[in-house]
Amino acid sequence: IIAFDELKTDYKNPIDQCNTLNPLVLPEYLIHAFFCVMFLCAAEWLTLGLNMPLLAYHIWRYMSRPVMSGPGLYDPTTIMNADILAYCQKEGWCKLAFYLLAFFYYLYGMIYVLVSS
Amino acid sequence: MSQPGPPGSGAAPAGLQARDGAAAASGAPYSNGPVHSAVMSSQVAVNQGYNSQLPGSYPHLIPAKTLNPASGQSHYGGSQGPGQTLHRPPVAANPVAPSLHSGPVPRTLVPASQSPAATPRPSGGFLPGASPLPPVNWQHSYPSMGSQMNQYPPAPSQPPVPGNTHLSTNHQYVSSGDPSLQNSYVKSGSALPLRNPPQPTTFQPGAPPGPPPTRVPPLEGGLPPVRALLPPKAPLRTAPQPSFNSVVNQEGITSNTNNGSMMARSSYDEIEGGGFLATPQLATKNPQMSRSVGYAYPSLPPGYQNTAPASSATGMPPSSFNYPSGPQAFPQTPLGANHLTASMSGLSLHPEGLRVVNLLQERKMLPSTPLQPPVPNLHEDIQKLNCNPELFRCTLTSIPQTQALLNKAKLPLGLLLHPFKDLVQLPVVTSSTIVRCRSCRTYINPFVSFLDQRRWKCNLCYRINDVPEEFMYNPLTRVYGEPHRRPEVQNATIEFMAPSEYMLRPPQPPVYLFVFDVSHNAVETGYLNSVCQSLLDNLDLLPGNTRTKIGFITFDSTIHFYSLQEGLSQPQMLIISDIDDVFIPMPENLLVNLNESKELVQGLLKTLPQMFTKSLETQSALGPALQAAFKLMSPTGGRMSVFQTQLPTLGVGALKPREEPNQRSSAKEIHLTPSTDFYKKLALDCSGQQVAVDLFLLSGQYSDLASLGCISRYSAGSVYYYPSYHHQHNPVQVQKLQKELQRYLTRKIGFEAVMRIRCTKGLSIHTFHGNFFVRSTDLLSLPNVNPDAGYAVQMSVEESLTDTQLVSFQSALLYTSSKGERRIRVHTLCLPVVATLNEVFLGADVQAISGLLANMAVDRSVTASLSDARDALVNAVIDSLAAYRSSVLSNQQPGLMVPFSLRLFPLFVLALLKQKSFQTGTNARLDERIFAMCQVKNQPLVHLMLTTHPNLYRVDNLSDEGALNINDRTIPQPPILQLSVENLSRDGAFLMDGGSVLMLWVGKNCAQHFLSQVLGVQNYASIPQIGTDLPELDTPESARMIAFISWLREQRPFFPVLYIIRDESPMKASFLQNMVEDRTESALSYYEFLLHIQQQVNK
Repeated sequence: IIAFDELKTDYKNPIDQCNTLNPLVLPEYLIHAFFCVMFLCAAEWLTLGLNMPLLAYHIWRYMSRPVMSGPGLYDPTTIMNADILAYCQKEGWCKLAFYLLAFFYYLYGMIYVLVSS
Repeated sequence: MSQPGPPGSGAAPAGLQARDGAAAASGAPYSNGPVHSAVMSSQVAVNQGYNSQLPGSYPHLIPAKTLNPASGQSHYGGSQGPGQTLHRPPVAANPVAPSLHSGPVPRTLVPASQSPAATPRPSGGFLPGASPLPPVNWQHSYPSMGSQMNQYPPAPSQPPVPGNTHLSTNHQYVSSGDPSLQNSYVKSGSALPLRNPPQPTTFQPGAPPGPPPTRVPPLEGGLPPVRALLPPKAPLRTAPQPSFNSVVNQEGITSNTNNGSMMARSSYDEIEGGGFLATPQLATKNPQMSRSVGYAYPSLPPGYQNTAPASSATGMPPSSFNYPSGPQAFPQTPLGANHLTASMSGLSLHPEGLRVVNLLQERKMLPSTPLQPPVPNLHEDIQKLNCNPELFRCTLTSIPQTQALLNKAKLPLGLLLHPFKDLVQLPVVTSSTIVRCRSCRTYINPFVSFLDQRRWKCNLCYRINDVPEEFMYNPLTRVYGEPHRRPEVQNATIEFMAPSEYMLRPPQPPVYLFVFDVSHNAVETGYLNSVCQSLLDNLDLLPGNTRTKIGFITFDSTIHFYSLQEGLSQPQMLIISDIDDVFIPMPENLLVNLNESKELVQGLLKTLPQMFTKSLETQSALGPALQAAFKLMSPTGGRMSVFQTQLPTLGVGALKPREEPNQRSSAKEIHLTPSTDFYKKLALDCSGQQVAVDLFLLSGQYSDLASLGCISRYSAGSVYYYPSYHHQHNPVQVQKLQKELQRYLTRKIGFEAVMRIRCTKGLSIHTFHGNFFVRSTDLLSLPNVNPDAGYAVQMSVEESLTDTQLVSFQSALLYTSSKGERRIRVHTLCLPVVATLNEVFLGADVQAISGLLANMAVDRSVTASLSDARDALVNAVIDSLAAYRSSVLSNQQPGLMVPFSLRLFPLFVLALLKQKSFQTGTNARLDERIFAMCQVKNQPLVHLMLTTHPNLYRVDNLSDEGALNINDRTIPQPPILQLSVENLSRDGAFLMDGGSVLMLWVGKNCAQHFLSQVLGVQNYASIPQIGTDLPELDTPESARMIAFISWLREQRPFFPVLYIIRDESPMKASFLQNMVEDRTESALSYYEFLLHIQQQVNK
């Protein structure tokens, strides 16, 4: 996800970059959706509530992706636009932070459950 | 030559002379106070000098034909003799021509001996070589030279060696006076390879005629002694002497002392006499610029801060842009209104620079002469080295210090580039090392500063770099130790011959592949005939060398290849019907060497139109054909020209019709975005393999240009669109295709190009606009670059620029010429930084802003919607004017107050709103709209502005008053009218210049005289419904008209078709559509638009 930084600072070819990134997008979204479904099954309403906005965002993001034949999100022709690049970078950082926090929260939840039981 | 810069072109020694001249010219002492009054007087002088002509129109370049030759002559004399001008204000006011004489002269001198033209002469030396040339000179510019020589023989700057100045001026004149040279860059380029062999002989005057020594490194050993000789001499010779003399003498010295190895180290070649960029500008721009008064002002002293604004207005030194246009001449101190008013002489002959214009009251804001770009408020020395605004332009000629200030101004900051424009003269440097900044890789340019002899400071990243040993030596003047006189440091536009480290692979040969649609529909239109005919005619003119390769592919539902193997009696056709998995039937002979198989190619082109006349195949497999073509070209790269006449229906890349005619009027739901990414992906593949695709769409029906256009857009090609092309029913389009094809085939081309744009630390590039693929934040990949493509760049201010006075932008275009040379063309633009909003507004370049806004609006309509884009355009005007009103104007007056520099902003935006790309209403077909958008993105600014806001002239009463004189031709200059029906009248005839099209509308009651004398018809009824030809009659009226039209045509690289329209013609609607100031069904009139803006602004 943070490969965008590379794109901005380093001079990697955007086509290659997009080709490596695009296949990763869908799995990421699917994994996240899978987690959400698991939370739903486990009736973890709080966690689910925390994750719902991101899920909605992912769905929206994928609906409004550029016209593409393959899976993925990033279009090598527009990715170099400063706005889009900055946006993607910001998105990457935010999601990284969210996933990290979520991971610790899940860990805490797990340990808490283990300890309490 | 010791003095590459013209006197006053920034080189210090020139200052001595120039200063005198300037003092004389302005008729004022050096002090601050009287400066503006001096300027005023010079304006007066201007008027006096040109009384007999139309105000402001002055054929400066061609003194020979001036209407009042006396004044013209005295001008020329005047500048050359500074002392005398003091007493003769009119003379001093117009040193235009002398500037030409004295200006680029020194530069042209040496190259003259070096230019291809001079090569045939014996190697006997400089002077002998020069002697054949002066006659030419006298032919071209006899009167002016005469006046110069006769009137002021003792003028100090007329050097003791007149023969040599003749030579140089001669060169100057030949090149600049002859507008036909405007397009001759290709030729000069093609002459290039010839250049090297003769160099040794021409450059070494003393060398014995014989096999010249090889000129590259082997000789380096011979250098040191020469160098040792030179340094002591250089200062002696150069400093005290007027520039050309020293050059001459230097030549003399070298011819004595030099053993002929001087050239060894780095050879400087200059095309066409090695001019300055400014010189070609004078030549090419002459027609447009010549109206401005007093424009070249050669002798203002460098170093006169206070006269700077004045000088920038009254005239620029020859090497600068020569744009006198007023609005940009700022005071050195903010709000120094006096200076400003003094400095305003450009457009309208009366001071208006700081004036705030109430657009609601002053309706006639459109100048009657073509609008000139503003001149940055730079020190004159810098300004005259600056890049030509036709090539490189910024929307704000004063860069705001911070992003906050930029946001406050609400004006877009960006650059508009025309990097590969055909230039008449372009300095070309061949050098084994190209001096660049070590950290940011900036090429050395005129705006770097030399800390001392050995070090220079990069003007983009401020790193201090060493001057390489080789750079110390100036081969142009053969002087050692003057790095700041090297051509690299004297020219903002320069071309380097790139050594091998700039190549990833050996330079590719020119490869041209033509892909023709031969389905039933295509054969119906009959386009193959004209295209093949054009190709046959221009086969020898295709830019290239002995390595040129050519190939053909045709397709309908199958793909046909043509084997053009040497030895075959006729081309062999190979049909591939498997379009799902395209392969190349044979590895070679599909792309063949043009020279070796020329007859075969010609045979194919002759038979091709007949081969498919019986075809009943209606399907079109464009996608597979493109894939096949790509496979064929991918090993080499090159140019693919695709001719398509319908929607592709078969194989990959098939498209469905999406246009719904009934919904055209609603701005929503129109398909501006591509429906498939096949073409985009293919284009990216092409781009990676250095293939550019040019699309010629000749379709009657909807062909989804939005999708098809991607193939050209991302591969740096261009799109041509001929709606409803038919060889019989639509002769106008046929003519248009032929003319454009001719230009397309013969124009210069650069292969496997990349363009990098660098800018001073603190600025950053935001977005690019144009046809290319952005490979990294500042690098554009251009598989092909053509001279008709323009680019736009949006910039943002990332860090505060408070600690710097100047910012620079540099674009470097690395390409392979059609001769297989790797070259780098570098343009550098330097602009001042300002701290106040008022200055930002004063420096706004309204044309560039409109151009950039149009580009942004195209993006917006694709990503959002058309109505969004339209709103954004209107808001751009409202926001900027509101910002001006609230932050700059102190007293809130009623009305719509705008800064003078932006007085045409609402008009241009309104014109944009009514342009095909952004108009609402039912009359724009989707493909036409998208084509217009492609044009907005791909055209250089000049053409974009003409298509958006055409020039209207009344032509039934052309007179020689104020006419231009170019090469014995008198070209009338009618004033530009506002685009409103109220300016039309039934008893007149009006010519509208819309860039790619000229329309002559003849009113119903037009004078019989005009009909018979110009149109050659008896009465109004016998004017054809749609005429495209103007008869050449033997009458003065006809001659004037034809001169005017051909002059308009010469100004642009392509050939605009002339339509003659009468009242009942179907074309009348498109003529009236361009009347942007008038009300239409769906759009506001100019006045209503202004009222609307005023309402919003005053909220």
